[in-house]
Amino acid sequence: MIPGIEVFRLTNPGVRARMVRFYDQIQREGGGRVHELAIAESVVETIAARTGERTVHKIHLEVGRLSGVSADALRFCFEVAAADTAADGATLVIDEPPGRAHCVTCGEEFVVEEPVLLCGCGSSDVRVLAGEELRILSVEVSR
Amino acid sequence: MCATCGCGDGAGARIVEPGTHTHAEGHTHTHADGHTHTHADGHTHAHADDGHTHTHADADGHTHADGHTHAQPDTETLTLETRILAKNDALAEQNRTWLRARGVRAVNLMSSPGSGKTTLLERTITALAGSVAVRVIEGDQETTFDADRIAAAGAPVLQVNTGSGCHLDALMVSTALRRLDPHDGLVLIENVGNLVCPALFDLGEDARVVIMSVTEGADKPLKYPHIFAAASIVVLNKIDLLPYVDFDTDRFAHDVGLVNRRAQILSVSATRGDGLDEWLDWLAPTRQVAATLTT
Repeated sequence: MIPGIEVFRLTNPGVRARMVRFYDQIQREGGGRVHELAIAESVVETIAARTGERTVHKIHLEVGRLSGVSADALRFCFEVAAADTAADGATLVIDEPPGRAHCVTCGEEFVVEEPVLLCGCGSSDVRVLAGEELRILSVEVSR
Repeated sequence: MCATCGCGDGAGARIVEPGTHTHAEGHTHTHADGHTHTHADGHTHAHADDGHTHTHADADGHTHADGHTHAQPDTETLTLETRILAKNDALAEQNRTWLRARGVRAVNLMSSPGSGKTTLLERTITALAGSVAVRVIEGDQETTFDADRIAAAGAPVLQVNTGSGCHLDALMVSTALRRLDPHDGLVLIENVGNLVCPALFDLGEDARVVIMSVTEGADKPLKYPHIFAAASIVVLNKIDLLPYVDFDTDRFAHDVGLVNRRAQILSVSATRGDGLDEWLDWLAPTRQVAATLTT
């Protein structure tokens, strides 16, 4: 019935060591929001899959204000994630589109600061139009 | 650096008078062909006429009247227009297809540490024994404590230690699924105890459950809106402790509604058994209900 309990790890030792140091720092600062590191690693990996060994000079991202990802934390994490890769030292340009929503009840369109969906009319029947973006727009690489 | 044409200072485009301009070092020269162009910053090129070089801002796409050509700039901008988590999402979709083909329902359980989700899992495994096959993927940063408890409850379990990682991702679940090899029933994925990060990572599950206990305070939905917004259902655990804690269930229900209009809230006590039938009805609607299922 029990096939056994297995422990496995998926990150390479270098990345893991950096993650551990970073995670320790986050813990010391009383945080716990470290998903930006995984996001940053995904940025680096996605670009590498497209541009290979070409040196990355600039990365243009779109991180909506309702996406759950902090642009500042992402900038810090990017340095960690990009170390010793083709994107090491690349400039990160981050657009942060504000949240916008449409109220189904009253038809109003309004800016949403937090992912708490409440229209001024009191209705919470609200559809998010923008602000959840989490995209790589473009990348500047060596020819 | 040339103060007139801005060669190499990266300050952006400048326009140069046709025919002549003055360099900061004080020398003046004339372009043989009298052309005008705008520089961006960064790239260098040689002119066909006299061999002097400029630095341009970047590939700015300008043209020259006399048709002379430049060496290529040393960088180029590629438009990717791709979701950052595209790779995870694609893997998650593969997991979903794989699970559906096998008729397996996968549920992602998310909560903060100490919400009682391992206890709820133990009760669930016991209650479904002999009726619905339950397999478990346990996500924790370190240790196999939770997996040991699940194994003791009688379900095949695989521990994924994420180390410093704060959430499970689709690749970890894909690897674990292939080892668990479910062919029917349920796969319960106990995510790393964290109310922030797991919300962003699709694992290929059919449903997402957020488990919260009354000892955590009713303000959690507004403090961690993303995870509550991602929930298919919210389980409020440890309701047996309600007489002893300051927890406003009405405010909790109201605030969950503000971030997620669809999610149903189930009140349970995993230790005492309250609400377990409703939980199991939602989790495993095809189960065979025994007469003495809960205490």
